[in-house]
Amino acid sequence: MQGTHLPVLTILIGFPILGCLGLFFIRQSHHVRVFSLAISIVELLLAFPLFGFSLDTPAFQFVEQLPWAPDWGVYYHVGLDGISVLMVGLTLIIFPLCILSSWSYISRRVKEFHFCLLFLSSACVGVFSALDLVLFYLFWEAILIPMYLLIAVWGGPQRQYASLKFVLYTVAGSALLLVALIAFRIEGGTFSVPELMTRTFSQEFQCWTFLGMALAFAVKVPMFPFHTWLPAAHVEAPSAGSMILAAILLKMGTYGFLRFCLPLAPDASQTFAPLMIALSIASILYGGAVALSQTDMKKIIAYSSVGHMGFVTLGIFTLNLRGSQGALFQMLNHGITTGALFMMVGAVYERSHSREVVDNQGLGRYLPAFMGFWGLMAFSSFAFPGTNNFVGEFLVLTAAFERNLWVGALTVPGALLAAAYMLRMTQRMAWGEPASPKGWKDLRIREWISLLPLAFLILYIGLAPTLFFRVMNPTLDHLLAGFRAQGISAHVSTAEKPPLPIEAAVKTDATEKEGP
Amino acid sequence: MTVELRLEWVIPEVYQLFLISALFIQSMALGSRVPSAARWLPWLAGVGVVVSGLSLNLRGVLFSGSYQVDSLSQFFKMTVSLGFALSVLNAVRQPTLERDKASEYFLFMALSAWGLMLLSSTVELISIYLALEVASFSLFPLVPLRSEDKGAAEAGIKYIFFGGAATAIGLFGFSYILASQHTTYLIDLAQKPWAWSQSPMAVTGLTLFLCAILFKLALFPFHFWAPDVYQGSSNETAAYISTLPKVGAVAILIRFASMLKPGLEITTILAVLAAISITYGNLAALVQTDIKRLLGYSAIAHAGYVMIGLIPGTPEGTAAAAFYIFIYVLMNFACFWVVCRLSADGRNLELNDLNGLHERSPGLALLLAVGAVALVGLPPTAGFMGKLFLLTAAWDHGYNWLIVIAALNVAVSIYYYLNLVRHAYTREADPAPAPIFHPGFSVFWGACLAALVILFGILPDLVFRFVLPPS
Repeated sequence: MQGTHLPVLTILIGFPILGCLGLFFIRQSHHVRVFSLAISIVELLLAFPLFGFSLDTPAFQFVEQLPWAPDWGVYYHVGLDGISVLMVGLTLIIFPLCILSSWSYISRRVKEFHFCLLFLSSACVGVFSALDLVLFYLFWEAILIPMYLLIAVWGGPQRQYASLKFVLYTVAGSALLLVALIAFRIEGGTFSVPELMTRTFSQEFQCWTFLGMALAFAVKVPMFPFHTWLPAAHVEAPSAGSMILAAILLKMGTYGFLRFCLPLAPDASQTFAPLMIALSIASILYGGAVALSQTDMKKIIAYSSVGHMGFVTLGIFTLNLRGSQGALFQMLNHGITTGALFMMVGAVYERSHSREVVDNQGLGRYLPAFMGFWGLMAFSSFAFPGTNNFVGEFLVLTAAFERNLWVGALTVPGALLAAAYMLRMTQRMAWGEPASPKGWKDLRIREWISLLPLAFLILYIGLAPTLFFRVMNPTLDHLLAGFRAQGISAHVSTAEKPPLPIEAAVKTDATEKEGP
Repeated sequence: MTVELRLEWVIPEVYQLFLISALFIQSMALGSRVPSAARWLPWLAGVGVVVSGLSLNLRGVLFSGSYQVDSLSQFFKMTVSLGFALSVLNAVRQPTLERDKASEYFLFMALSAWGLMLLSSTVELISIYLALEVASFSLFPLVPLRSEDKGAAEAGIKYIFFGGAATAIGLFGFSYILASQHTTYLIDLAQKPWAWSQSPMAVTGLTLFLCAILFKLALFPFHFWAPDVYQGSSNETAAYISTLPKVGAVAILIRFASMLKPGLEITTILAVLAAISITYGNLAALVQTDIKRLLGYSAIAHAGYVMIGLIPGTPEGTAAAAFYIFIYVLMNFACFWVVCRLSADGRNLELNDLNGLHERSPGLALLLAVGAVALVGLPPTAGFMGKLFLLTAAWDHGYNWLIVIAALNVAVSIYYYLNLVRHAYTREADPAPAPIFHPGFSVFWGACLAALVILFGILPDLVFRFVLPPS
């Protein structure tokens, strides 16, 4: 693994920073936009070597390790496995779209805006590829200030309140994360994640560190009692900010659960799983119910995010293979679908200057192409079969039923709620009585370009998820091996039951890994 | 114990003494043809940084073992030289300093820095006390030197009284230590028992002696002077007072750290004081509107953070504390640099004076953001690395609660530091003021400060090699 390959990840992390520096030398706003778009597209192309990702091993790939502050055991250590490679891919796809979607919306302080975006993209790739606890924390916190500025400078009327709330929640949550990371360093002797994964810690130690980490991740996800920052931030942020928030930042929380809580504190994860499942179900039901009562489109989608992320955490803490597959799918899907929905709300806001559903009715007549895309995204959002969310939600629901009948039964209304609020909103938007006839233009070329890739991904994942299963399975198998070895979820091992149709394609692959 | 005196071991001190003499002569000179100190001093102070940098590798023991030149002392001397050069650079165009008092102002400042240099090498209680006095007494006259400002006089009086009382207490404590432990050399004192049950008198004495040093550091409960003095003294003086004396205090505390074994009563007291200091400083700073007062309370909190590194008494801990105080000088100067440049007439700035700074002066706004983010301890600045090292060094020495309190306080402190950024970046000034004209030097040195704060955050090893003794 340590061969002399191209340092792909370092390039991916460093290139946008170079772009940031380049921005200092550009004066005109239009050139700034073109330049940033070019940077983000080149960044996407630079990720081409990632296609060399090997599907046969749970080990970390593209690993780079350099001493950084060796006296403190801090290394620059990056690498990707089946979980993070998907997240990095998602990050790289979302950022050019963010720049495209704010092309005409952001008209003041353009340079600073794109500075923040490029800085964020570098930090996001860093979060998902860091294999050193300190490096992870560094990227994790580095996201804070640019995201704060995105909301506080280019946001809506309540931006001061929303941005401050975002920062205070996140920092308060992650304060103890740092303590937990330090505790791991002293107890386990290293900051290196792959090494720590091989250690076992005492039950008490696991419980404390689990709680320290889980608070940070739960705020970021956000799980039910810690979610109040999210609707405020989503509603006030510019659409690029909402997209990044929804598509990438929320994933950092669930990624944290998968990367740190489960492997480093497996016993504690087991102990706290009922609590986390309860909170997840609360998020699903609460998010759905609140979304049903909103009239602001952005708020509906924001609360739907709470519900969707509840599915992710539920999948993770069922602690079986299907659950974590479903969770990982939901992470991708939510990024794609909700990102697209936020982008489209931004697009419609540019036309009607309102985000209320009542002000945006009857769009079917004026903006047929827009409504076509919207329909696809909305259907995907409530997990219509054939779209990407169906795959994820189905797997999570199956896993929930496998774990406990009641867990599954409580989750089902959440799925129904999602259909209710999404369908109602879409119906009004498409066929409702327009408030006043407006001479709106349908989608521009720029908007077509930014929506098509997402629409493609929605259908591709929905119809042919095999590739993604193959990417994630070795890693997830390896991750859950510890739980299965303890006989904790032996009754749900896939080998004992007839495989689900959706898994048929990858069954051979999965069963090979099961082994004795 | 060698008695030999070799001049090359004390080159930084001698160079600083040369500066002091030059300033002394300057202050005697009359007539308009004499070039003002502001014209030549920044250059010579800059040379001083180079001199101290070159003498980083000197090692030796002087004056019957009371004066030790080692990696730690040389690092601190370098820090003091750097801070002194920055202070001079910061103060050359001080609007509230009368022209004919400029030489004296810089003379006292240089003298104080010299005292701090001596302080970082002293390893014997009497020399420590003397160096401490040189550093303090020359600082007292600086505070009231703010023209026509009654507040400055008040601040000066407060500083002198509190300072005098603190040193008196320290001296009193010193007598107890000498009486019970029969030595003044730190190296011998470290061998003696320091538990309350074994030598209560010595512990009392040490506690009292530490008061004098903690006063310099502005640790709770010796913090009362800090916000008042910062507010009353001129911006440039406050920049000096808020940084360099703390370097000296940390240098001495590091020497003491080998006695402060974890578990001793006095260590526990210090840990409790550190926790209170962090919490109190941050909570009090939340409601401040005067920027210098805000930074004053933040300084109290940071005094607590530095103490975290001293409590375990390990080489890692002291190295972390030394690193932290070094970058604290840089990040605090970054904030004060903005305050001093913005306040063209030398008045105190309110938070609202920062409104719209991003438009008036993008460079200063960025510098302020970097400084504030570093003070919170967010990556990728040096402040993060400093906090990480402190917390890592102190974990598992019996004071884990202190670490948790310190980490939670980051969440408190971000509010008021972010307030600086918030006013500078997201608020618009009401009557839009004219863009500020920047002399090249303001932007250049500001950019240097910001670059250093970020550079040491990304590559902390550059500094770290000098403070961690070879294992």
